[in-house]
Parts: sequence; structure tokens; C-alpha cells
Amino acid sequence: MNYFKQDLASLHADLVAKKISSKELTQATFDNIKATDPKIDAFLALNEEAALDQATKIDAAGIKDDQPLAGIPVAIKDNIVTKDLTTTAASKILANFKPVYDATATEKLAAAQMVTVGKTNLDEFAMGGSTETSAFKQTKNAWDQTKVPGGSSGGSAAAVASGQVVAALGTDTGGSIRQPASFNGVVGMKPTYGRVSRWGLIAFGSSLDQIGPLTRGVKDNATILSAIAGHDDHDLTSSTQAVPNFAGDLNDAASVKGLRIGLPKEFLAEGVDDDVKNAILAAADTYRKLGATVDEVSLPHNKYGVAAYYIIASSEASSNLQRFDGIRYGYRAQDVKNLEDVYVKSRSEGFGDEVKRRIMLGTFSLSAGFYDAYFLKAAKVRTVIINDFKAVLKDHDFIMGPVAPTPAFDLGAEIQDPITMYMNDILTIPVNLAGLPGLSLPAGFSNNLPVGMQLIGRPFDESTLYKAGYVFEQNTDFHLQVPTLGGQN
Amino acid sequence: MNFETTIGLEVHIELKTNSKIFSPSPVAYGADPNANTNVIDWGYPGVLPTTNKGVVADGIIAALALHATVEQHTHFDRKNYFYPDNPKAYQITQSDKPIGHDGWVEVDVDGVKKKIGISEMHIEEDAGKNTHERDYSYVDLNRQGTPLIEIVSKPDIASPAEAYAYLEALRQRIQFTGISDVKMEEGSMRVDVNISVRPVGQEKFGTKTELKNLNSFNYVQRGLEYEEKRQQQVLMSGGAVQQETRRFDEKTGETILMRVKAGADDYRYFPEPDLPALNISDDWIKELGDAMPEMPTKRRERYVNDLGLTDYDAMVITQTKEMSDFFDATVALKADPKMAANYLQGDVNAYLNDNHVDLQATKLTPANLAGMINLISDGTISSKMAKKVFKAITNGEEPKAFVEKHGLVQLSDPAKLQPIIDDVLQANPQSIEDFNNGKKRAVGFLVGQIMKQTHGQANPQVVNKLLMAALQQ
Repeated sequence: MNYFKQDLASLHADLVAKKISSKELTQATFDNIKATDPKIDAFLALNEEAALDQATKIDAAGIKDDQPLAGIPVAIKDNIVTKDLTTTAASKILANFKPVYDATATEKLAAAQMVTVGKTNLDEFAMGGSTETSAFKQTKNAWDQTKVPGGSSGGSAAAVASGQVVAALGTDTGGSIRQPASFNGVVGMKPTYGRVSRWGLIAFGSSLDQIGPLTRGVKDNATILSAIAGHDDHDLTSSTQAVPNFAGDLNDAASVKGLRIGLPKEFLAEGVDDDVKNAILAAADTYRKLGATVDEVSLPHNKYGVAAYYIIASSEASSNLQRFDGIRYGYRAQDVKNLEDVYVKSRSEGFGDEVKRRIMLGTFSLSAGFYDAYFLKAAKVRTVIINDFKAVLKDHDFIMGPVAPTPAFDLGAEIQDPITMYMNDILTIPVNLAGLPGLSLPAGFSNNLPVGMQLIGRPFDESTLYKAGYVFEQNTDFHLQVPTLGGQN
Repeated sequence: MNFETTIGLEVHIELKTNSKIFSPSPVAYGADPNANTNVIDWGYPGVLPTTNKGVVADGIIAALALHATVEQHTHFDRKNYFYPDNPKAYQITQSDKPIGHDGWVEVDVDGVKKKIGISEMHIEEDAGKNTHERDYSYVDLNRQGTPLIEIVSKPDIASPAEAYAYLEALRQRIQFTGISDVKMEEGSMRVDVNISVRPVGQEKFGTKTELKNLNSFNYVQRGLEYEEKRQQQVLMSGGAVQQETRRFDEKTGETILMRVKAGADDYRYFPEPDLPALNISDDWIKELGDAMPEMPTKRRERYVNDLGLTDYDAMVITQTKEMSDFFDATVALKADPKMAANYLQGDVNAYLNDNHVDLQATKLTPANLAGMINLISDGTISSKMAKKVFKAITNGEEPKAFVEKHGLVQLSDPAKLQPIIDDVLQANPQSIEDFNNGKKRAVGFLVGQIMKQTHGQANPQVVNKLLMAALQQ
């Protein structure tokens, strides 16, 4: 079977009606992954035995109407810890690492009785925009296997896009959910900072990281976010804001009539592909036709976002990644003479180039004599960027624009050129710096590659983004187009 | 050449909370290695700290107790360094905005009172412990995350004696708040010391050295005295003091070079992104301030001015809050303050020392001590008899009941004593003769005989009076 015609609601209906069992669905998922993953390489680890056991138990207990996610398979990005299931963050330094506890997000999915089928590939420690820095394998774009899947949640995006799973969790520090969603033609939400607990997310940039869902449609995305969101006593940066039933209002009555949308001129400036630009302008017209207004607005300091981000995120990462020292868990170098040797060799051998580059960049930015010029300055730029967004969102319900300046690029094309790679994040990074919610959804094609649109909202107003995304989806057919991979799908 | 000395003290105080500062693991001693740890203490991938509100409260209390300004808008910072007992490779501490700043304590050195400034105090987590045995090193993370307050002095301390007095004042004030046991011997108070000397009149501070292994206030003073002289001698002989860390040797009283400091460490402090900033309300500060016990300085004033104790007695009684509270409760039960103070300093302290216990761990109660003192005051028992009664009250016995049960009532009635005295005099004519020949010692012998006859129950004052009257007839 394939899931391209099925969303969470229809799978749930089939499970409740016993047209299919969770075990059958789970088994079909593994069959599907095994058939397609040789082409895609989305998964780092499969959880076959435990998942089938869990599905069998769920079937035995029966699935009720009020359990919309029960018995449905889900994939988890491999920087989110899963008890007894290898969690590597795609780094050699955590090869074969089996956590003793579950992340809050995965615990919540388990409580909703979703079935974790495996762990998806990513850029090492989520550092990258193409999943090419993974220490283990190269995930390919679901639409064209010569192209990158984007990153860092490339595995999750490709798994959903290729029909391996109906939903996956990703993480987003500077665009890592939205950009691969865009490259693979799926829906990805980076929730407001604090919306989803970070407990169990292997930290990269702690003040920027958020977990969020990747799905084929907007409504499915909203359903998953409601399941994983909410305050967590384990994470004091998680918000106590009430979590709405995000999917609740996504029906025929949903409308964008009267909404004011801001389209920042900086988002369509030089460097953005014509096809991407045209897709966004067409989307703006669609919204206008549906009764919204779309104004040109300005985020004047957007251009400083990339520089500020790479200082802040790398600084935090340089500190967060110090714990990987070869002492208590993970990779430890052999042939060491003393303690210093354990640290230096384990880290030298365990981390890849991009991770080392960012550790050095961050360490430098925090060093005595450089702190004021780099970290502190970046923190000030962050405040300026926050104020830019505040000014626009004061009289606009949300902001629209592209996710990335281009569609998916060739494998290997940018990996040797970090600055070009970093500049790809120019449209997603400011959203993380400001802690705002950002939704990526399919809005067009360029040479048979998907083009995504990004909707950016006020803090904790994911509802408006989902509504606007859902209405757009109802009036376009981009999300209905699927890649052809052969095999079972 | 005349020198002046500048001493800096960094005092770490371990807080007596139930759980750790950033994790729910218990804070307790004597557990098996790593028994009191969880994923947070291990610095496991994906974990996050959560702030123990009680530690913030303790920080506020300490600030108030040390006359410091509470920083109401503060946050935690990360201090980055690699060490096996530091599992995250950073310590969560406060660098940018410590919870308290600009405090002081008053010290009294040889009758001279002086205020010593406290530049700042911050809350932070302790590290684990490394132990080394043969070819192996072991890491125990039980202590990892134990809450600490670090208190940093201003460069006001000008002598080793002042350093001692400062530590004592600090220890007492913190001890009275109840937030810590502040015992150096148990590691709940730790002191890092630095000292420099400079010729009088020189504006710039001299090069400082750090001293390690100072495990008691006495060692701090002795180590500083040695180091002060050593630095003076180096300068007088034309040399220069090196910036170095030196170890105090308890046996020789000398300081020994451990390592020379090459440049400053770079800990790359930055704000802890995993913890929200702390906003401390006026109400919270007031609530904690109102609940604070009376500080030792205030108590000493009261003891001297209102209760007539000597400065010395007042100082001894206020060594610990338990002792001072015990004293207050005893006096509240109408016991004579001077006698209460004497018993606490004498018999009670001796009992505590002999049995190696703290006052609160004994069966002694203010009610029983007051009861015993009142029995002495009203003449029911002699202070000699009180020795037996004291022993009884250390076993939790009620003094009046004990005295009655054992017939320990003092014989003070002259009508009953006179016949006994007469009998003793009759039996000892030699003593009477001795007395008449000017040998005053004979009185002592006769009193002894009378006490023997009365099984020690005779009131010595009444006996003396009656005996002298009889002898001088």
C-alpha cells in the first residue's frame, strides 16, 4: 500500500473500522521502507521488532474514535533520543549510542500510541542544510536522487515525501524542518520557541532549537503538533501557553478573508531564483483572490541574520558539544596516553568537519577579547531582528515568502563551500532568531522539483499559519503531486 | 621596609537542600558512588537543567544575612572547562549578574571593629569527585549538582587574623540562617585564599599567590601568616613574587609551590540558554527577610545589654544558632541568664565534646536545663548535687522528679543541722584545738565530716555559718 492518498484521518478511520490493523499498517511501512530506502537512504535505524510488538498490543487493546494517532507509524529524526533505540545525531561520536530515556516529544507520541518505526538521517548534530554532513549515509531527494534532500531534517522530509511514513518529527535550529520540507514538497512546521519541549533533543543551538512535524498535508501537521506541544516540567523554556486543537478549525469554513499578509521585499531580493520568486508571487495572488490583502513590507535587518545566527548557534553548540568527551558514553578513541589524549583524540576522530568548524567558530566567538565583538554583538543583532518582525506583525496577521532561495541543489554542489551553504538559510534563520512559528508548504515546481512557501506568524499563533496553509492547500494542487520512485509506490 | 597585606577569600558554602540545584536527584552523603545521580547529572545527551527554587531562596537569604543587595533581575551563565568530574564540560553558575552584591560583615580583632566588604555572591552547581587508585581513576557524580553559594570578599582583609575573624563572622551568620551546616571539616564550607603584600604607600597591589589545602580556619590563618612573611622576605631580598598556587603543609606550617600560573584561564562565560532569567519580586525578598532568624550580632547585643552577660559569654553562646536558641529558650523559662550561660559553656559543651554530638542531637532540653538551674537558685539543690542532676537531664530526665526520686534535697534547716554539727565537733576535739591554734584548714575537715554525715545534702552555706558560730563560742 502507499500513503499518498491517505492522511492521518483516513488511516485512523480505517483502523477504527478494522479495515486494516496497526500491525498490517506497520508491516506495510517496513516493507515500503525496505523497497524505497535503497534509493532514498532516509533511515539510520529501524525499530522493526519493537514497533510490530507495539502495533500488535495496540490492535489487541482496540483503537477508539478519540485516539486519532493510535496505531499509525511515525519516524523520528535521529537527534531526538529514543529509549533503547540507537540515537546517533548522525555522528560517529554517538555511533551505537542507546539512550536510557525518551524525549518528551516521543513520549507524547507514544502516549498517543503512535508507532515509532525508525530514526531518520540528518546532518551531523543537525549542522547543515543538505544532510551531506551525516557521518553515516547520504539521503537523497525524493523527487530526484541526484539532488540533496535539504537539511538538516533531510531524512524525515525524504521519508514523508517518498511515502515511507505519513509523518515524521524533525528539528529546526535555522531552517532544518522548513527547508527540507520545501525541497521535498511536504509540509513542515517550526513551532514557536517554547511550544514543544526540548527535553531529549540533543542540543545544537539551545536558544533556537525546536522540534516540529513533517507531513504531507497541513491538517496532519496540525494534528501532530497538538500531540507533541505543551509545557514540560523538564524544560523551563517550554511555554505554559494552552495548546489548541490546531486541526480543529481546518475545515470548509476556514477562510483567509480579511487577513493582512506581509510580503517582505527582502525575501524576493537578489539571489532568489526566478521560479521561486514567481511561485511566491502566484501564491500571493491566490491569497488576494481568497480575500486577503498582501502588502509589501520590509525586514530591513534580515541580511544580518545569517551572520548573527552562525555566531549564536555555533557559540551555544561549542558549549553543548563539549560533553562528548569519550568518558561516559559514545565514541572513545583507542591508543590514548592520558586524559588530554582521550579528549583530543575522541573528539578529533568522533566529530566531522562541519561540526568541528562550528565548534571552532563558536569557541572563538566566546573567547576573552572577542566576546563583545562577536557573541554580544550577535545577541544585539538578534534583538534588532526581533523588533523588525514585531513591527511588521503588529498590523499583519502573518508574513509570507519563500523558504529557500532555490529548489534542491545537486548532491555535492555546495558541501565544499560553507558560506554558500550558510546563505541558503537566509530566509529561515531570522525566524529562529525571533523564536516565531514558521510553516513550510508546497507552492510550486521548478524543473520538476518542489518549491516551498514559508508562512511566519506571531508567537504562539501557529493556528493562523495552519489556517492560511490549509486554505492555500484547498485551492491549489501542489501537495497532491507525488514523486515516482518505482517499487511499491 | 614596611608592608601592607591584602587578602582575598572565596568561600564556597554547600546548601542544605533536599534535591540538587538543577536536577531532582537527592543531596545526601555516604551513598554508594553515583547512587544519587540521574541523566541530568551525567550530562547525558538531550537533558536540560531545571532550577531548584529553594536554592534561589537560599541565595536571597544569604544575601540578606550578609547585608548584600539582592540582584532582582539575574540569570545563570555557563563556565566552560573540561574535567572528568564536570560531565557537561560546563558549570552552571552566575558570572554576569550574581544574585547578591556589595555586602559586608563586621569583625572584631583585638577589640577593634572593622567592616569587611563582600563584592559578590552567586549560586552555582558543585562538580563531582575524582578519585585515583593505582592505574585507575574513578568518577563519582553524587556531588555533581549540589547547590553552592560562592561568596567573594573585597580586598579589605589586611591580616591573617582579620581573615580568621571574617570567616568566623561569615560562618556564624550563614549558620544562623539555617541554609547550610557551614562545617569545614565536612566540606560544607570551603575556602580559597589569595594573598599579596606591597610596600606601604605603593598604589598597585602586589602579585598574589593562591593557597590550597586549608581545611580549617586555623590553617587559613597559619597558612596566611607563613605566606605573608615569605612574600615579605622575597621582596626584601630584592626578588619578585610569582603568580602561583601554593599548598599549605599542616605538619610544617609552611606553604609549598604547587604550580606557577601561566596566563588567565578562559572559561568563555555566556548566558545559560536552557534556563529562563530569574525575576525576583520585592514581595519574595520581604517574605524571606521577615522569616530570617535574629542574627548573632543582634543577639550578642541583647545578651550583653539586657541580660548582663559578658562580651565573652555572649560570643561563646552565639557560636551556633542551636546554642543561642537553647539559651534563649532556657532564659525564657526564668533561668538565671548568667547561670544558663555558664552551664552551656561548661557542662553542656563538655558533654557535647565528649560525646561528639551536636546540641540538637542530644536529649537535653531548655525546659530541663532551666528546671535544674531554678532548683539551684531557690536552694533546693547545691551546685554539687547539680552534677548528678545534669547527668540525669542529659538522659532526658525531668530534674524535679529526679531530685525527689533520689532524695537529693538540700538540708538547709538549722534546727536539723545543729545536732549533726554538735556531734561532729564532739567526735573531733583535735580539730577544735587546731582551729583555736589558728589552723584554718580544720574548718574544711569539719565541713567534710558534716557533709559525710548528711550524705552531701547539707547546704554548705548554712553549715559554714553554724559551724563558725559554734567554733567561735
